[in-house]
Parts: sequence; structure tokens; C-alpha cells
Amino acid sequence: MWKLILRRTLITIPQIILLSVLVFILAQAMPGDALTGLIDPNIDPATIEAMRERLGLNNPWYVQYIDWIKGVLQGDFGQSFRFKMPVSELIGERMINTLWLSLATLILTYLIAIPLGIISGRFNDTWLDRAITGYTYIGFAAPLFIFALVMLFVFGFQLGWFPTSGSVTPGTEPGTFAYFLSKLNHLLLPALSMALITTVSTVQYLRSEIIDTKQKDFIVTARAKGNSETRVYNRHILRNSLLPIAAFFGYEITGLIGGTIFIENIFGYPGMGELFLSSISLRDYSVMTALVLLFGLAAIIGALLSDIILSLVDPRIRIK
Amino acid sequence: MRIDKDSGAQIPDVDLGKSPSGFSILLRELIRDKVAFGSLLFLFLIIAGVFGTSIIMDQSEIIKVDLFALYEPPSATYWLGTDYGGRDIFGQLIIGTRNSLAIGFLVTLLTGIIGILVGLISGYYGGTVDNIFMRFVDFFMVLPILMIVIAFVTAVPGYSIVSFSLIMTAFLWMGIARLIRSKALQEKELDYVKASKTLGTSDFKIMFFQVLPNLSSIIIVTMTLNLAGNIGIESGLSFLGFGFPESTPSLGTLISYARNPQTLELRWWIWLPASILIFVLMLSINNVGQALKRATDARQRRG
Repeated sequence: MWKLILRRTLITIPQIILLSVLVFILAQAMPGDALTGLIDPNIDPATIEAMRERLGLNNPWYVQYIDWIKGVLQGDFGQSFRFKMPVSELIGERMINTLWLSLATLILTYLIAIPLGIISGRFNDTWLDRAITGYTYIGFAAPLFIFALVMLFVFGFQLGWFPTSGSVTPGTEPGTFAYFLSKLNHLLLPALSMALITTVSTVQYLRSEIIDTKQKDFIVTARAKGNSETRVYNRHILRNSLLPIAAFFGYEITGLIGGTIFIENIFGYPGMGELFLSSISLRDYSVMTALVLLFGLAAIIGALLSDIILSLVDPRIRIK
Repeated sequence: MRIDKDSGAQIPDVDLGKSPSGFSILLRELIRDKVAFGSLLFLFLIIAGVFGTSIIMDQSEIIKVDLFALYEPPSATYWLGTDYGGRDIFGQLIIGTRNSLAIGFLVTLLTGIIGILVGLISGYYGGTVDNIFMRFVDFFMVLPILMIVIAFVTAVPGYSIVSFSLIMTAFLWMGIARLIRSKALQEKELDYVKASKTLGTSDFKIMFFQVLPNLSSIIIVTMTLNLAGNIGIESGLSFLGFGFPESTPSLGTLISYARNPQTLELRWWIWLPASILIFVLMLSINNVGQALKRATDARQRRG
């Protein structure tokens, strides 16, 4: 057990190193360097050269790489030359918004997936199951950004039920209950739009898992013992099928990251995905590379957590 | 019924001909599945229509700015109205569909080739080669690919359609490689591969002329489903402004005009047709793909 967790954790080390190399290459490939945005054109070239030398920009690439890693480990991602503030501070503000959005999406994803999956699996081949399968079929085909636009168009503009941009109503006092409600109100439509699409694969998985399990011998035995249908489902089938799904949240992170980029862009929600896109259009590359690194780390750690939890709840994986 | 000459026993007639090939089974199942067959016909119609009309259409004519026809609603001259530059939406829709489909096909083909090569080699040889390849694939499968593609698209100097498809390919071949690898791993344990090895057939010949044909139906299924996915990714990137430049419209470019709230709210003719078209295209390709998938799984076949 512990051996497996240790081994799985060790795999993430080369992954993280590989990620850092990838991000470093990306940073080097970006046009311009850390000085391009800082200095005004009147400084004479010799001074710039001296500054380059002092900042280590003329060092061979491996020295620069190690310097960069040292900085990152201390939380120093460099300066954003558009916002004139450290990248870490800039990201910190946006990160909280994205965390709320991702959390709300995850909760909604499970809130939708679990009942739909159970109904669809338990009553398979009824009209209800066909309706749910139809929904998963459509959700599987519909690109997230189109669906989100349609949601914004219908519920934001036509019906006017939700605000159409921002993360909070301007002028609301932070810390008050009204502030919280306003945040929630701004969060709901983006999160729901994303959840309705991302939940599809979980519904499909749960459905086929339940259909698979309910034909197994131990379920027949449970029924033969005279257990009620509810008890068979709650104690035997769902215990088997729901636990793996609970562990999937870590894998969902990779998908959520891609999703937040679209969703934050469409709903004008000031999070990390939105910052990522605006930092590219503003040519604020130090922000961009820092975000790629952070998102990559989040995805790697998410997969690690899911693998560990999955091995805890599913003994079949442990045997390997 | 035949009668055995020596014993006089009756032997029932058995079809001793070749069992149907994977490809003919796929085709038979596809024709039987009405929804999938309809989708396939629809796709052929769209492809033929779009590529046909785009030959007689002049792309430079369509993307020419006309300041006297800004934001025209649909009319007899402009079937689907015009955008903020007075450009005909219907023409852009045709060209955009062609561009989106073309890049979808190209990326699917390229990722397919790389994925099949890596998957076959990795699965067939196993051991260290397999370990190294698969750790790489695992790593890239976890990463938020969309973001990294966007970052590389901005980093590459002299950005063009070719470099765009190459960047997409560089990060999208892993899924198919992993699938082919797991199938090749199963396949190489089968007797025909062992027999062939014993006879002294070269590894190259076994891999590409004996194992690969047996994986053809799975490859067709995956590539079909990937095609839908790749069109979605391309239009998503174009939507965000990191795909095709505006001078070569794609379906995503048309939808990206909806990021302007006024266009989204008031000028449906700009973004809605392209949205519906992408959705219907992806749904049809998925229908065909799912039907093919069912056909490869003998338990789910319809007959």
C-alpha cells in the first residue's frame, strides 16, 4: 500500500522537472526578455548590456534555468511589466476567483452526475434512461464554448436571470452577506455551463458501471437473501460504483483548466484563465509562463491525488 | 447437407469461405444503423457542398471589407447578413467550414500516423522502450494541452496554418498512441504473431503487415472520434483568437464575434449559424464514430 503511494509520488518528480523544462523553453522562445518592457529607449546600449549581465541574461542556458528554478521555488516568478507588480501577487488575486469557480463546477458536476447516472443505470432502457443517454450524447458532442455562449445568450441576455460579466457587483462591501450572495450569483451561470458539459463523461461512466455491477453474482446473492431493492442499491451496487467516481476529481482538474480559459473569457470572469489570455494579448510573458507552470503543477498534483485515492478505495489497483 | 463418402454420415453445410473482413463488418453495421447512416450521408453532403462551392467562391472577395454594408441583417443579397466589416456571413461560413474541416482532417491524419507508429513500436517491443514512451505519454496526457498549445502558438515566429497544425499535432498524438499500444500489447501474445516470429519474419514486417491490419477497425473508430475532437479544438482556439488569422475565417472565427456582447445579444445571424453548424458536424461525426465503435465490439453488434 505505502509502497504504491511512494512509487506513484516519485513519478511526479520527473514529471515536474519535465514541466519546468517545457515552461523554460517556452519562456525562452517568447520574443523579448525580462528587460524589454522595463527600460525606456533613451538608455544607452552599454548600460542595457551591463544590466543584462547583472541579471544573468547572458549566462549559458543551464545557469539561467537553475537561477529561474531557484526563484520559482521561493515564489518569485519575476515582474509583470504591464501591471508593474510581482507576478506572484498578480496571480494571487485571480487564483481565489478561479478556485471558487472550479470548486462550484466540481460540486455541480457531481450533483448532476450522481443522480442522473444512478437513474440511468438502475432503470436502463426505460424512456428516462433514453432521455439521459440522449443528453450525454449531445453534451459529448457540444463544444464547451458554444454551449456557454448559448447559456449566456439565453439566461444572461434574453431572460436576464444572471449577471453577464464580472465576479461581483461593483460597490459591494467585502465581507458582508450581500457580497457573498453577489459572488455566488456571478458564479452560478459560468459554473453551471461548465458542469453541464463536464459531467457527461461521469454520467456515462456511472451508468455503465452500475449496469455492469448489477448483473454480477454477489448482487444476485444479495437479492436472493431477501434484501430490499433499495438496500441492494445503497449497500452493494453504489458502494462499488460511486467510490471510484469520487476519486475522479483530480483527473477533472486538467479538464477544468481548459474549461476555465473558455468560461472566464466568455463570462468576463476575472480569474487565472482570463489573466492567461489577457497576458498574451498584452505581451506580458512572465505572467503567462508562470500561469502555464502553475496550471501544469495543479494538473500533475490532481492526477497524483486521484491515483492515490483510487488505490485506497479500489483494492484491485493495489495488487499491481 | 453433404454425405461423407467413407462413413455415410451427414455433414451439415458450413460456410468455409473467409470470415468477413473488419472493414466490411464496419460498413455493414454502419448501413444498418439508420441514425449513423443518415449522419454519414449528411457529412458527405456538407463536405461535397462546402468544398464544391468554395471552388467557385473567391476567398479574397468574401473577406473584403465593405463599409456600406456593416451589420446587415439577413436579406436576399446577404443570405445570412454581414459582420462588422460588411463581409458576407454566408460566404465566410462556407469558407470557414472548409478551413475547419481541412485542418481537422490534417491534424487527425498527422496525429494518427505518429500515434500509430509510437503505439505499435511501444506495444510490440515492450520493456524499456515501452516504459520510456509511456511515461512521456502519461506526462503529456495530464498536462492542460489547450493552454500549452496557445502558449506555443504565441511563441512561434512566422505563425502560419502549417505551424498551427504542427503545434496541434505535437500535443495531440498521445491518446491514440496509448490506445494502439495497449492493443498491440494484446495482439503480440496471439499465436499468429508467435508463429510468424518462429518462421523468421522480421519485426518490421510483423508490426506493419500483420499486426497493423488487425488493428485497422480500432484505428478507423478512433480517428473518426478524434476528427470531431480536433475540429472542436481548432474552432475553440480560433474562437479565442489563437487559431486561424481573421483573413482565413474558420467556424471558430465567426463564433468569436459573439465575444462582443452586442453581437451576442442582438446580431444572432453572425454567430448562431456557425455554432449550429459546428454542433451538427460534431454530432454527426460522433454518431458515425459511435456506430463504428459498436461495430468493432462483437457483443454490441446488431446482427
